[in-house]
Amino acid sequence: MQWEINMSIKLQLKRAWGPSVEAPVLVMKEGFSPRYDLDRWTGVISRIGHTAEGQSIVGKILIIPTVKGGVAAGWAFYDLLHKGIAPLGLVFGKLNPVMVQGAILANIPIADGLNQEAVLLLRNGQNIKFDPGTKNITIVN
Amino acid sequence: MHLTDIEESMLDGKKGEAIREALAFQLEVGKFFGAKRFVPITNAHLMGDIEVMGNAGLGLLRRLSDHHGQCAVPTSTNARCMHFGEVEELRQDIVEIEKEKEIVRHIKDMGAVATDTCINYQTVYQPKLGEHVAWGDTGTVIYANSVLGARTNYEGGMSSFAASLTARTPAYGFHLDENRRGSLQVNVKAKLLDTADWGALGKIIGHPNQDYFSVPVFHGIDEMPLSDHLKHLGASLASYGSMAMYHMVGITPEAMTSAQAFSGRHPDHIIEVTDADIASVYSGYNYLEAQANIVVFSGPQLSIFEMQNLAKLFEGRHVANGMHVFVTTNHAVWSDAKRLGYVETLEKSGVKILQGVCFYILQRLTQIREENGWTNLISNSAKLVNTITAHRFNTILRKTHQCVEIACSGKLT
Repeated sequence: MQWEINMSIKLQLKRAWGPSVEAPVLVMKEGFSPRYDLDRWTGVISRIGHTAEGQSIVGKILIIPTVKGGVAAGWAFYDLLHKGIAPLGLVFGKLNPVMVQGAILANIPIADGLNQEAVLLLRNGQNIKFDPGTKNITIVN
Repeated sequence: MHLTDIEESMLDGKKGEAIREALAFQLEVGKFFGAKRFVPITNAHLMGDIEVMGNAGLGLLRRLSDHHGQCAVPTSTNARCMHFGEVEELRQDIVEIEKEKEIVRHIKDMGAVATDTCINYQTVYQPKLGEHVAWGDTGTVIYANSVLGARTNYEGGMSSFAASLTARTPAYGFHLDENRRGSLQVNVKAKLLDTADWGALGKIIGHPNQDYFSVPVFHGIDEMPLSDHLKHLGASLASYGSMAMYHMVGITPEAMTSAQAFSGRHPDHIIEVTDADIASVYSGYNYLEAQANIVVFSGPQLSIFEMQNLAKLFEGRHVANGMHVFVTTNHAVWSDAKRLGYVETLEKSGVKILQGVCFYILQRLTQIREENGWTNLISNSAKLVNTITAHRFNTILRKTHQCVEIACSGKLT
């Protein structure tokens, strides 16, 4: 059963920063930029045609295969945090420095190095534990 | 990370609270990327406006200002989200305008020069080969690394402020030789004439290869590109691919030969770009039925040569009913364009010119779109048609003269 398989799965990350968190995931199939893709007043993905269009990032751990743009994230995560609509964690396949700069400013845990096969194991709404200290994510349920 | 005595004293708070906070932040970023040390910088470019900073970012800036934070290197500022003049279509929030003015006040108090520009490399400062800077706008970063041979990472938000305060930045990414080697070979067989063609090339390479550390090496560019061409190529690569550097063999300073551009690294793959590929970029956009549409020349702000060209194309013509046309540039270019008559020509044609802003970062842009009923946004900027999509415009890339024709005829072609 997928459930039993998932219980034992730990996914390895390359680089990570921040406190450990547990939350449901929002899995994206493409890059993400708070400026290009997000309504920063509701926390809902607003870009027409984005694979997560219409979904909220609030309180989620975002699984993002790659990156696009842009310097906006340097401020945007901090702004989202204070508006009460920030994600709880950011797990990338590939990232750029702005994502790290923005996440650190907002004290949101962040990592890169999640491989594509690992992304396929994750489903929207699943709870995961993201532990930057051990550079692991564990599927909880 | 190894810290010098000066950096230790910064971290201990002996140089003031603003510098302590800035260096502590930079240290965390440096550790993430495995930086071994800081590198001194000679110039910083700050990115921060109320649209993206919000009240929280403004609060942070107030704190740095209260702690008497001062720029330690010559520092310029990026485009703003507010046009402070009267433009009937915009109607930006009065309260937010005041906050934006407060941001500018704090930045000036810190000793930055409020240039409000995303084309600092064309109008403010051109760092030299090997010069380390900390620039907070993707288009400026890729131009600095690629065309000028200077060295910078994307420095977003607090990062650019911190670098300006401490006069240093963690040595990772494009500050290091090993990350500046080409990783992707691009054989250009297409004829690139308009700035939009160069942006289309950036989309073709950037979109399927999204990776900050990917460095495309362009071969086959026979004619010397203009600064505006390279500006649009870089802005597009950065936008679609999050890339921060490219080489152009025989043209950019670290790529006099292909071997120098790759420096022993084998390309991950080789891509060929033909005229048909460029044409397919343009044909990939579809118009929606609409009563009102907008043509925008922005992202990056226009150079004086782009202003001259637009004035020539619009001269004696007028924007059609149902069309709205906007141009953005910085204060310096606007002043020259005013003196030279380009502003008058464009305004006589019904073109609105916004100063010190970039269109896609305008405050309350979604509401502005809705209030004006704008559906299709046509631009010669490949970057703009990508970056503005969170505001749910239907975007179309066209060559510059086609944008002018669409604006003046009202025909969506």
